[in-house]
Order: sequence, then structure tokens, then C-alpha cells
Amino acid sequence: MKIGIAGSLESNDCLVTIKESKEFSIKVQSIVDVFYHDQIVELITSVLEDMNIKNVEVTLIDKGALNYTIKARLLTALHRMEANHA
Amino acid sequence: MKNNLGREIFEQSKPYIRSDAFEQEKRRLIAKKTTDESVVFLKSLSEAIDKAGLKDGMTISFHHHLRNGDLVINMVCDAIKKKNIRNITIAASSLFPNHSPLVEYIKDGTITGIVTNYINGPISKVIAEGYLKNPLIMDTHGGRARAIESGDLAIDVAFIATPAVDKDGNGTGKFGPSACGTLGYVIPDLLYAKKTVLVTDYLTDSIVEPELDYHYVDYVCTVEKIGDSEGIVSGTTKITRDPVGRKIARDTVKILESLDLIKEGFSMQTGAGGISLAVVEYVKRIMIQKEIKARFASGGITGQYVDMLEMGLVQNLYDVQCFDLKAARSYRENRHHIGISASKYGNPFEENIVVNDLDFVILGATEVDLDFNVNVTTDSLGTIIGGSGGHADTAHGAKVTIIVTNLLKARLPIIKEKVTCVTTPGEDIDIVVTERGIAINPKRTDLIEILSKTKLPIMPINELMNIAHNIAGIPKKLEINNRPVGYVRYRDGSVIDTLYSVK
Amino acid sequence: MHRSYLFIPGNNPAMLQNADIFGADAVIFDLEDAVSITEKDSARQLLKAYFETLSNPGFSIYVRINALTSSLGVIDISMVMNEIIEGIVLPKATVQDIKMLSKLLDTFESARRIKKKTVIIPIIETAKAVFEIGQIAQLPRVSALLLGAEDLTRDMEIERTKNGLEIQYPRAKIAFACKAFEIEAIDTPFTDVTDEEGLEADTLFAKSMGMNAKSAIHPNQLETINRLFTPTDAQITEALRVVKADKEAQKVHRGVFSLDGKMIDKPVVERAEKLLEKARHYGLLGDTDEK
Repeated sequence: MKIGIAGSLESNDCLVTIKESKEFSIKVQSIVDVFYHDQIVELITSVLEDMNIKNVEVTLIDKGALNYTIKARLLTALHRMEANHA
Repeated sequence: MKNNLGREIFEQSKPYIRSDAFEQEKRRLIAKKTTDESVVFLKSLSEAIDKAGLKDGMTISFHHHLRNGDLVINMVCDAIKKKNIRNITIAASSLFPNHSPLVEYIKDGTITGIVTNYINGPISKVIAEGYLKNPLIMDTHGGRARAIESGDLAIDVAFIATPAVDKDGNGTGKFGPSACGTLGYVIPDLLYAKKTVLVTDYLTDSIVEPELDYHYVDYVCTVEKIGDSEGIVSGTTKITRDPVGRKIARDTVKILESLDLIKEGFSMQTGAGGISLAVVEYVKRIMIQKEIKARFASGGITGQYVDMLEMGLVQNLYDVQCFDLKAARSYRENRHHIGISASKYGNPFEENIVVNDLDFVILGATEVDLDFNVNVTTDSLGTIIGGSGGHADTAHGAKVTIIVTNLLKARLPIIKEKVTCVTTPGEDIDIVVTERGIAINPKRTDLIEILSKTKLPIMPINELMNIAHNIAGIPKKLEINNRPVGYVRYRDGSVIDTLYSVK
Repeated sequence: MHRSYLFIPGNNPAMLQNADIFGADAVIFDLEDAVSITEKDSARQLLKAYFETLSNPGFSIYVRINALTSSLGVIDISMVMNEIIEGIVLPKATVQDIKMLSKLLDTFESARRIKKKTVIIPIIETAKAVFEIGQIAQLPRVSALLLGAEDLTRDMEIERTKNGLEIQYPRAKIAFACKAFEIEAIDTPFTDVTDEEGLEADTLFAKSMGMNAKSAIHPNQLETINRLFTPTDAQITEALRVVKADKEAQKVHRGVFSLDGKMIDKPVVERAEKLLEKARHYGLLGDTDEK
């Protein structure tokens, strides 16, 4: 199975796991979930849409990462997933 | 109903009006109790509880000078539970994580009320979950003294953890295996509780200048151990190495210098948070360099202030709480390290209180809002994580009150439109210092005039909030439709805000 | 003109998001030693995303790439290259590598329509580089030299000590080369981040040898470094007097004059003018001061 992991559980970082999957899903677990859950999901969705990626399961454990960090970790995880496959 | 800050409060409670509203009120005092009879020495808490006549529905009090090392609160509650006494209200000046055994007693109805100035640890969680039968009341340190002397907080039995007791029944915090220094917070309890029990693990022949006068003592109860010395030391007394905190501290000191607050004979108080400690370190360097001596420093005293006292940089320390063992040692040995009672520290109705004599105070915040209201009682979800302690007292008393805080913690902006809970009213907050800018309360035109001439990044507080939003995004508004579980009582006895259950 | 260059690990979000508040004149985002070999991709992606959020950062941005001897360095540049980057910090620099990097930058600058010329700061951390220093300092794009004493002493197989006697020669050589070719001389970081007195002594010593900036590996070092490389009030006052007296003297066509009994000639005046230029740069001169 194709899988890519990036990031860490340090503060202000996040750990992204992205797997090939038949069902598209995004799971977010964040220390600021109450305040930023929707924004985080929106961000992940838009990055994946931009890259036209559909069949994945994204799991994000967030320790208060800013948007650009989440985006960077997601992209790295994606590249790693692709590289694993190659 | 709503109080003057627009906060929803319990019906029929006394609403908060302004921070100086107490000036229109008269001091209320219940009679001090002294006992002519000699102090009775007892061997067990069970006996003490019986002799003191503790019954269902009564209020018992404790102090927090042993901090997270205190064993007495748990011991007394265990004994009460064994006797199946119920409906007890705990009036403890603070509660710490080591008091987690109380969680069970709250759940089973042994404890149905809590009045305190600060809660840190599991107890706040069960309260947030709605287990405490009566509303939690959170006072300030000065406000607790007022509540006790006025009878608003009537104490049936005070159980006072006392590091050393002499044969007459005098007590002190200076000696003994659990020596903790000053016993300032418990003086109102000693004077006004209907019955007083000193709980100790160290008996000595006589004590010179005891903090606790035997005339107010009914019983002395010896137990094996009253405290763990490791827990007595506060966890937050290290200077921050965090560069963001250092930056905030540096800017704070620039403000102090620009306002000419560091000058011969000045007075100061700072919290024990990492940023505050860094501020003190920088202030200390300036004092050495410019050969400036402070008149006094007050509050919870750390080893850092002891060093300054011993270096001759500070004339006197007015100490209501020793934060570490170095402070406790200094309090024992140095005549210029002076213990003060909670009343003398911050009771609005007491005369010449220490906080009113402060040139400046440096305090922390978990949230600040656009009206400069400060929350140190709950986090942004409403969970209790602390309490005023002396926050509201010093903020009102000091000539300049400075809040030091990170603009963002994790991702959360600390500046909000409205704080989740008001601990200290914005009218008493003058300056907010963050790593990305400094906001000055618009009503302090005098400070704005001086500081706007400096290169410091002064900006309106809403701009500070916008900066945070630009970095982190605007956090979703939390809908609070939970049920009230308690309230925050301002130092004058009025209700400043409500505490809610947390899902 | 920079006093301080702060190294920040390229893969550390907590540090990145506060890079602008520490007071560093320049920040070097590190993709080399501070990032493990398995996290290079992650760090590049993070820096790229971070740079895209910046506009008017208020400090100069540099990136330390991996050495060009591996393929990593080229990938680093291709990923992070952005208009906002002032320059590339090149480890294990040699004349040959700097020339190669310069060509790479030509390519990326034109391909990405980057209008400014990205500068290069070579790290002098091999015996060979010390030997070639005169040449290195003259190469195009090279705007400063940075001494890397840890790697250099390892290369020399000598002990690295706190008082730094072993690096006197490269320090002097860098200072002279930089002065000769009018570029900045950046001193090696002081690695004991808890020793403030040691940092102060080391910085003063480097400054006395002609270094005009110092790199830092912890934000808490910046306060000391910035302070020591900033002209003091007394120095500024003195310089203002010298320049003013010189103007008076010139009115009566006197090349040499005396101030407080000391002879003031052209080099003294020039030194004062340079100091004032620095003071002006750091906003230490009020409008009225110069009148």
C-alpha cells in the first residue's frame, strides 16, 4: 500500500499520514480543534484539490501548526507516498 | 443579570461596578475570636474534628503555603470522610494537583462547596463536569481576607498546617522539616475562624516572634508529616530560556526605563512566571549598573529577590508567600525579609496595604480582550486552570500594571474580542506586552504620551489582535451555552464573572 | 550592513514562526547540519511554504544549502529559490564551488524572473578555503565571508577552545580579505549558548580583530552580539564632534586640526564618518544630532 508520513509531534508542528484509499477521508486531531478544525480541513481539501488527488486517507495530528506548516507537511507526505510507490 | 462589564452573573448576586467602588463602602468586621483557655494538644485529627465540633454543612479552611507538597488538606478530608460528615465547604486559599483525592469526596457529596483563590489540577475538572453541588467561589488573595473578616466567608474550623508549634501553642513557618517561610495567607483564618486547629509535625519549646499567636489557637494536633518539601517549591520559578519570552521581557524593561520606573527607592512586584523572572533579572542588571536601590519588592517571593536583598539592591521584601526554599531560609534569617498577612497585602478595606504602594507590577495572562480585561482563571475553553491569586489586587493597587504574554500560544491568539472569563477588570490594566507589539490602555494618556516617543512598537490593542489573526487565522467563536458552576468574586465582594461547565 | 546572523534550523516550525521577532539583522535558514539527511525534503518544503507567506520581513533572509559536492545542494536551491532570499550561504566553500553556485543562481534567477542578484556567503571552514581566501573574497556575488571554526579546526586536526587562540589566524585573514575587497566579515558562532560572559568576550575579541558581524546559533545570543556591534552613545557623540570640528576646519582650509589637544587628521575623520553611517543605519541618530 502507498503511504507517506511527514512532520512531527513537536509544538507548532503536525504529523501527517497519507494513505492510498478507495474512500476519500480527512481525519484531524488538533490541540486547537475547537477553534481551527474547519480551517484545517478546508486547507487540506484545497491542497489536495489543487493537485487533483482523490483516493487518499489523510490523518493529521496537530500540535498547533500554522497553515503553511500544515501545507508543507502535507506536500512532503504526498511526495513521500509517491516516492514509496516508484 | 449582567454586571457593569456586561458579564452574565447569578441572579441576586452583588454585581461588579468598578474597581474602586469599594471606596464608597464601609468595612465590615465580625468579632475576632480569642480564647482565654489554654491550647489543647491532641494526637489525632479524628480527635481534633470531634473537639472542634465539626458537623455536616460546616466550612473548614486551609492555606496553601505548602503548595503542591501539602498533605494536610487530604488528611483532614480523609478523617472527615471516615466520620461520614457530609456537605462540607472547603475554604482553601489555593488547591493544587496533589489535592486530587478530593475529587472522590466531591463526587460522593462529602465536599459540596469550595471557596478558593486558585485551582490547579484535577479538582477543576470535576467542577467543570458539574460534580460540585454548590457554586464554586473564586476570590482574590486580598478578597479572601475581606470575605473572612466580614463574615461573607464564615469559617467554622480552620485547619492550619504549621511547620513548627511551641508548648504554648504558638506557630511558625520558619522551622521544622516542612518549613515553608511566611504564613501570610492564613492570618485571617487564624483571627476569625470559630475554632482553630494547628496541624504540625514539629513541636519545639518556644518560638520567638511566632506568626501564629496562641491566643487565637484552640487545638494543636500533631501528625507524622504535614508536607513534602519537594512539592513546596513552586514549579515556575526558573527564568525563561525561551527567546520569545526573553524578547517580551526585554521590551518590558525598556518600557520600565522609558517610564523612569527603575529609580532610587522604587517598588515592584512580579509574578513567578518565566517571563516575569526574566524581567527581574534584567531590572537587576540595570540596578547594579546604575547603582539604584529599590525600597521594596513584594508578593510571592522567589530566590531571585532574596539574592537582590542580600546584594543590597532591595531594602525590604514584603512576603506573603515563599515560592522556594531559599526564600523560606531568607525569611527565617533576614530581618528585612518581612512576612505580611493577606489583609496587609491586598485587602481593599485594610489601610496602607502593600499593593497600593507599588510603583509597578508585572503579571501574566491566559487571555486579554479588547477592553484590556484579563483572564488568568480559565483557558479559552472555560476550564479552570488557575485563578486570580493576587492578580486583581496588585493590578488595582500598583501605579502601572503591565501584562506580559505571548501573542500566540500554540496557535491560539491570546488577545480576544472578549475574554472567556474576567479575572481582572481592564480598567486596572495599563500595558500589554507581547512579542509582536505593545498595547496601552487608552485611558492612560500619560503613558501613551511618553511611550509613543520611543521606538517601542506601540499599537492599539485591536491591531495586536489583527496581527495574531493574520498569523494564525481567526479562531472560531465558542458558543457557551453550558450551565454555570461557579463565579469569580472581585476583591470587594462583587461578582465579576461566572464560571461554566465544560463539555 | 548586518551585525548578527542567526542560524535557524530549516525544519523547525516553532522557530520559523518567530524568526522575525528575535532581533536578528539577518537570519540563515539552515538546510545543512541542522537537518538530518532523512528530513531534507521536509525542510525544503517547509521553508518554501514559509517564504511564500513573507512580505517585507524586516530582516535579511539567507539559506544555508547543503554543499555542492552532493546533489542535495542543487535540489535545495531549486526548491527554495525565491525573490525574498537575499543570499545563499555555502558550506565547505572553495573557489570552484562558488563559481558553480554563481552559475546556478544565474540560471534560476532568469528562469524565475528574479530581478535581484542573489548574493553568496561562503563559509570558510576548510584549510584550503583559508588558503584561497584572497581569491574567494573577490569572486562576483560574494558579499561576505563567514568563518566556520568548528569544521575548520576539525579539518586542521586541532583542538577548538573557548578562548579561540587557535583561530586567530583565519579570523585575521578573513578580516583582512574582507576589508581589502569591501565585503563583510562574519565571525564564527559561539557554541556554548548558556555562557553569556563567554559570548561577550569572544565577540569583543572578534570585533577587535576586524570582524564586523557575528553569527548566532541561539536567539538569546543576539542581544549581546547586536549590542557589541552597535556604536555606543559615547562613540557617537565623539564622532559627531570630530565631524563637526572637521567642517569648521575645512572652512578655514586646514587639513589637520586639534580637538581636546589631540591631532585630528583625515583617517580619524573618516573613521568617525563610518561610525556615524553605522549609527544612522541602526536609527541611533536623531535629526538634530547631526546639526
